[in-house]
Amino acid sequence: MSSFFLPAATLWQRELVRFWRQKSRVLGVVASPLVFWLLIGYGSNDLARFYSGALVLTVMFSAIFSTISIIEDRREGFLLSMLVSPAPRTAMVLGKILGAATLAWLQGLIFLAFAPLAGVSIGLWELVPVVASIFLISFTLTGLGFVIAWRMNSTSGFHAIMNLLLVPMWMVSGSLFPMATAHGWVRGVMWVNPLTYSISLLNHTLRLPNASPGEMESVVVTAVFGLVLLIASGMLAAQKATRSAA
Amino acid sequence: MIQVQNLTHRYGDRVALSHVSFEVKKGEIFGLLGPNGGGKSTLFRILSTMMTPTEGEAILAGFDVQRRPAEVRRHVGVVFQTQSLDKALTVDENLRAQGHLHGLSGAVLGERMEKAMDQLGLADRRKDLVETLSGGLRRRVEIAKALLHRPQILLMDEASTGLDPSARRDLSRHVETLRDTQGVTILLTTHILEEAGRCDRLVLLHQGSIVAEGSPAELRSRIGGDVVVLESSDSENLGRRIGERFGVRPTARDGHVRVEISNGHRFIAEVVEAFPGSIDSVALHKPTLEDVFVKETGASIE
Repeated sequence: MSSFFLPAATLWQRELVRFWRQKSRVLGVVASPLVFWLLIGYGSNDLARFYSGALVLTVMFSAIFSTISIIEDRREGFLLSMLVSPAPRTAMVLGKILGAATLAWLQGLIFLAFAPLAGVSIGLWELVPVVASIFLISFTLTGLGFVIAWRMNSTSGFHAIMNLLLVPMWMVSGSLFPMATAHGWVRGVMWVNPLTYSISLLNHTLRLPNASPGEMESVVVTAVFGLVLLIASGMLAAQKATRSAA
Repeated sequence: MIQVQNLTHRYGDRVALSHVSFEVKKGEIFGLLGPNGGGKSTLFRILSTMMTPTEGEAILAGFDVQRRPAEVRRHVGVVFQTQSLDKALTVDENLRAQGHLHGLSGAVLGERMEKAMDQLGLADRRKDLVETLSGGLRRRVEIAKALLHRPQILLMDEASTGLDPSARRDLSRHVETLRDTQGVTILLTTHILEEAGRCDRLVLLHQGSIVAEGSPAELRSRIGGDVVVLESSDSENLGRRIGERFGVRPTARDGHVRVEISNGHRFIAEVVEAFPGSIDSVALHKPTLEDVFVKETGASIE
């Protein structure tokens, strides 16, 4: 047991310590969605409508920044020695994803402090599902980042994917306009977009408008998506290299 | 301790390693010497279980790298050419994390960390962030890290890259101490002649094949006598004429003519007299590993 959990825990801890020592990263990750949200929200006089989307964007940025480090870390960094240690690759995947997800979650919680500006007023106990939802979303998005980053050789490739896949995916997730008012095929895209369910999950738990699809559906889809990504990450990392791995 | 049999690796069509075989005995410092792109890194990746070879087998500490990679990893410590430390963590934290990867914890790990840091002279830097350490110190942390699980074999890939000569010698001394005090078997890759000269035995790798094998002294003795290097603006022509006149086989390249010959001092006097005006400078030295490499391949290491 310890040969699985010890490596996973040490990786998780490493992510946190590193993060704590580079506190400026927090500012970078939280600031841009915040500015984004305040501009669009004040401009359209509807801060509530864009709040969940901006929170998910914060979590997404954090998850992406953390997983992008895999690319460098494997060529020149700590992951190299993981690859030649007897620790199972699945432990490595779990430690890395949980560590990065924890960071994304913490930054999501910082963003949550601005919820009153969006007109959110919920009781203390009602915060529990919100906090849990943010963790679930963090976990899922980190898994997505891992799956993309693992096969990449360069960080510039990752940026291209971020602009061509992740940002558009976020745009059609209910972050900017609700599925109910979406036009034509975009609506279909929103329906199959897992991020749509993350946004609606937050809208449900925060008691914000545009909370659709349903709450149960949103939880299940987000959790299943996260689990699938976790398994996919594990399988990818366990593959043997015949080309240069590093 | 290490048996490599007929190892071949291809990246697509490009052959990086071709039928390489050698054996390393327990407690030896064994070198793989060759130019960059000669196949050293490929061989290193296969031995460190990072990559599976196209053909052939490699057995480390009794375990096959392809069939039992997890066992190999338990018995082998790896020092990479690139840094594998976390710069944002301290020396202590890096070592502790590495210990955890090997399932070590608590008092046992603490003890091993102490020992490794003592051995490599790092004890007073343990609380320092890695990013504040010099290149030489970082390499020593890398070695300390690779030793925590008490491996029987230490693999080092171009470990002295980027170090100044004194840090490099310092590193070599640490490696020799490991061999002498703990009987660790060490396999290192290098393109630095001085480092190769300190190995117990070595192989010369060129274009994916082994071109020579032996101790540094044995390899050097393949060249009888002295090496004379003549500088000339028309080296090709000079080389040919020297060959005809003295019955030797010079190699001419890049404005230099190289001749292996016994009694080099006498040859120098004769050759300068025979070709007045076409020789710009003359040098005489005892054979080096570079000379052996040139003799076997016609190419230069550096």
